[in-house]
Amino acid sequence: MNSTPKEGVVNSTSDWGRVEYTSVRELRGPLAVIDQVSGVGWDEFVQFTLGSGEQRHGLVLEVDRGTAVVQVLQDTAGMDPARIRTLFTGSPLRIPVGPSWLGRVCNGRGEPLDGGPPVFGAGTSAVGGNPINPVRRVPPADPVLTGVSAVDALTTLVRGQKLPVFSAAGLPHLELAAQIAAQSTAGGEPFCVVFAAMGVTHADANFVRDALEERSAAGELVLFLNTADDPVIERILTPRIALTVAEELAFTGGRHVLVVMTDMTSYAEALREVSAARGEIPARRAYPGYLYSDLASLYERCGRIEGLPGSVTVLPLLTMPAGDITHPVPDLTGYITEGQIVLSREVHAKGVYPPVDALSSLSRLMRKGAGPGRTRDDHLDVAAQLLAALARARQIRELADLVGHSALSPTDRRYLDFDEAFYHGLVDQRRDELRTLEQTLERSWQVLLTLPRSQLAMLPGDLLDAHGAAEGG
Amino acid sequence: MVTMTYAPDTRHESRPAPEPEGMGRILRVTGPLIEAEYTGGAAMYDLVELGEPGLPGEVVAIREGVVTVQAYEYTGGLAPGMPLRLLGEPLSAPLGPGLLGGIYDGLLRPLTGKGAWLVPGVASGRADERPTWRFSPRVKVGASVAEGDVLGEIREAGPVPLLVLVPVGHAGRVERIAEEGHQRADAVVATVAGTEVRMTTDWPVRTPRPVRERLDTGAVLNTGQRAIDLLFPVALGSTVAVPGGFGTGKTVLLQQIAKWCDADVIVYVGCGERGNEMADVIDEFAALKDPRTGGRLADRTVIVANTSNMPMMAREASIYTGATVAEYFRDMGLDVVVIADSTSRWAEALREFASRTGALPAEEGYPAGLASAIAAFYERAGAVTTLGGRRGSVTVIGAVSPPGGDMAEPVTAHTQRFVRCLWTLDRELAYARHYPAVSWAGSFSRDAEAIGKHHAASDDPAWTARRARVADLLAEADRLADLVDLVGIAALPPQERMSVLGGRIVREGVLQQSALSERDAYSGSEKTAALAEALLAVVDRCRELADSGVPATRIEEIDFGPVLRAREEAGPHDAATVQALGATMLARLGEVS
Repeated sequence: MNSTPKEGVVNSTSDWGRVEYTSVRELRGPLAVIDQVSGVGWDEFVQFTLGSGEQRHGLVLEVDRGTAVVQVLQDTAGMDPARIRTLFTGSPLRIPVGPSWLGRVCNGRGEPLDGGPPVFGAGTSAVGGNPINPVRRVPPADPVLTGVSAVDALTTLVRGQKLPVFSAAGLPHLELAAQIAAQSTAGGEPFCVVFAAMGVTHADANFVRDALEERSAAGELVLFLNTADDPVIERILTPRIALTVAEELAFTGGRHVLVVMTDMTSYAEALREVSAARGEIPARRAYPGYLYSDLASLYERCGRIEGLPGSVTVLPLLTMPAGDITHPVPDLTGYITEGQIVLSREVHAKGVYPPVDALSSLSRLMRKGAGPGRTRDDHLDVAAQLLAALARARQIRELADLVGHSALSPTDRRYLDFDEAFYHGLVDQRRDELRTLEQTLERSWQVLLTLPRSQLAMLPGDLLDAHGAAEGG
Repeated sequence: MVTMTYAPDTRHESRPAPEPEGMGRILRVTGPLIEAEYTGGAAMYDLVELGEPGLPGEVVAIREGVVTVQAYEYTGGLAPGMPLRLLGEPLSAPLGPGLLGGIYDGLLRPLTGKGAWLVPGVASGRADERPTWRFSPRVKVGASVAEGDVLGEIREAGPVPLLVLVPVGHAGRVERIAEEGHQRADAVVATVAGTEVRMTTDWPVRTPRPVRERLDTGAVLNTGQRAIDLLFPVALGSTVAVPGGFGTGKTVLLQQIAKWCDADVIVYVGCGERGNEMADVIDEFAALKDPRTGGRLADRTVIVANTSNMPMMAREASIYTGATVAEYFRDMGLDVVVIADSTSRWAEALREFASRTGALPAEEGYPAGLASAIAAFYERAGAVTTLGGRRGSVTVIGAVSPPGGDMAEPVTAHTQRFVRCLWTLDRELAYARHYPAVSWAGSFSRDAEAIGKHHAASDDPAWTARRARVADLLAEADRLADLVDLVGIAALPPQERMSVLGGRIVREGVLQQSALSERDAYSGSEKTAALAEALLAVVDRCRELADSGVPATRIEEIDFGPVLRAREEAGPHDAATVQALGATMLARLGEVS
């Protein structure tokens, strides 16, 4: 029973018979406290009408006898407690779901920014979602090819996986996210991208819109943009709306859906702001004690389900404050997700894009999503050999810094050449360059062949012959 | 009609008839914390049903006619004024023949056969998927029995023998006993001194099941992992903590132990971990052949899956549920291993809820009772004589996930105080692809002495000496490695260079073990002993060569490959191949001069 939407997706299931409250006792930070309510449930969706007629929205954080504490999604600026009408909608927030989201650009609450009408759907879903029954999960097994060599070759993204990108301020993570969103495919099966941007600048938001224009025009993209000057608290809702839309597109619509969420550090900060306003006891770095469970409730919405088509793959981006990987947001994320792609300043300084630190990056599910029958027979061997050689090259580089380049053995010097070739011949690529898996693996071979055959023990002999590996040292 | 799994049940083993139910009205809801005023009986840790859907919850505080409840489900839509029912019963697990091979949530509600999405309040029935079980009596009417005595057997229920026991707190004359034949799990199969006994019984999960006596046997739990069996062995009924940051191979190690250790029953508690990982565990256990019975490994496994996005407070309950299930099988005289991955997530659930109740925080926001809660959980382990006089054990292996790899954080620090063994997983080792990444410097086993004595008295008198030699060599090599970094290997005297070489040989030839290897994923005790002996002999011969004047560089350049690969070439119990490869290597070293 959907009523006519008043504004975007945020319409209640039914407004009739609901009482509007006219008294707000307290406004404090992002919170509004409303007295003398009855029948208000926890996590219920709330509509505020200001004196000017402006509409705002909120979620019930606590209800104690007749008092409800509501977090206001658009902030409390300009709200006069004497001139607010508050309507409790009677249920947690539900949004319309379905393919009508495809091709749309919306703000962080799901209201259109593209000048189009509000989004409708055949049905609605609660944005909180329900946990997937672990017994009904199907272990991820097929790749999402991103067309980015560093990702496809070494940290293959697998359908149903959650693989975060750990970055630092000033690195081109948004470019990488946009490129992955623009280029990714799932082996010819129906594919689409849900892109949720939280706390990005207007310039970045425009960049994302432009970069993904083609995908959007093809009806393969849903874009949610919460910019840095948009309400902070709204960011708590944005990833939930994105994931709810994605689940429907995947498990009902039969698509493989890639959900890109950036920047999760901004999301966590919004969570912290609400927690601080409520006077909750802080945990590490003043983030709330429930940060792990909260992040898990987002990331764990990825997966494949037995008996249902499609898949949801989650690619969260986060900037590590001061580059610190032990900061609670990357640390807890790392415990939940299946690996990580780490961007590094050192690689960025070499002028390499994307600046992926291959040795710190890992896709835990790669063994299941790449190799024979998935990508190419030699993929896993090539990746293992690349990483082993890269680790050796790093040791040699440290040694060279100590003893000088001239003191290195000829083989050692070949490793330094390899290192060079790896970054400039394989990792480095243009921001609009889509490389097929074949191209990526052939480049990998070219990079490996800078080493003598004796150093390529992880590769099968017949493949070395086929690629004409040099014997000598 | 939505039903609750833990509906009021009068079949409690130890408790008299339950208190009359109380009724209440909800006053306050904030996430999983609910306050309600009530009339009638309410006791701490009693179960409640919340609102219309009857969401399960548990009483955690009572004050002036108001109960504080922690809810086990998402509470969206729950409002003040809604009803609350006090069930007069603590959270209990139904213990019966259907448990083996099953997959359950943190409250032991079956997940198999449920829908793709776990919707709050929609619980399914009891654990039994099979309608009937074959009961076979072992006593006759008129016999006099005590608590814990065997009344009958459940046949054809799986690879381990299941027993029906006289309930805790009951004894006397057998007034009725069912004939041999098929019975429903909840059918009465015996009457003892007026008490009806069923195949399935309930037990409150937070109460340890009583035993006659705790034992200190020194009998070892063989895990098939050399780094553990050789250096940091664990006794049956002991406790282990496995701390390791993300990416150190913790889950793989725990899964290896679950697959290969020689316990009768495995209880695997996935506590706040990844959904895809859980799916993987479920798949692998179902596909894996049980090396002991030839059947499926899953048939002697109970999986409790409460992934990180499932309700948080059910995560808190899940480790107690797991321990209770383990004790049920222990009381039948079985050796049970409980693997909890990860106890840090459980502790975080405690913290999250404590913060909502406004409890004063201790270290890093954890409640002041954290240390005692950890200690009490690990105390549910033990090798025991059961009430019925059988021997059984529960071994608890708990993973710890130190945030930011910080080993001084409260959960890791406290856990180390209460466990008998610690297997620390080292990031450096994992980074160097040395698996399992059990650090020899950062781990301990307080069971080693007792196990050494046990080995000495039974099968392997040289065990203690062998362990000491390996540990000494590793420690010496570590000490010298620091020195080598400063002054270079060439500056060391020959014997010390042999120690460095020896450390490498033992690490690569003995301690490394690939979980993916066909032959070496499991290493039997004879193979482990043979490998250690063979490689120590090689190290000894190298020392002799150095003493006899062979230049150290020359010895270091020898290809030790054949003996280092012995672990891969020999099958799980094949000591002979290891010995032969060792002998060949020694002979080759004899030719060096």
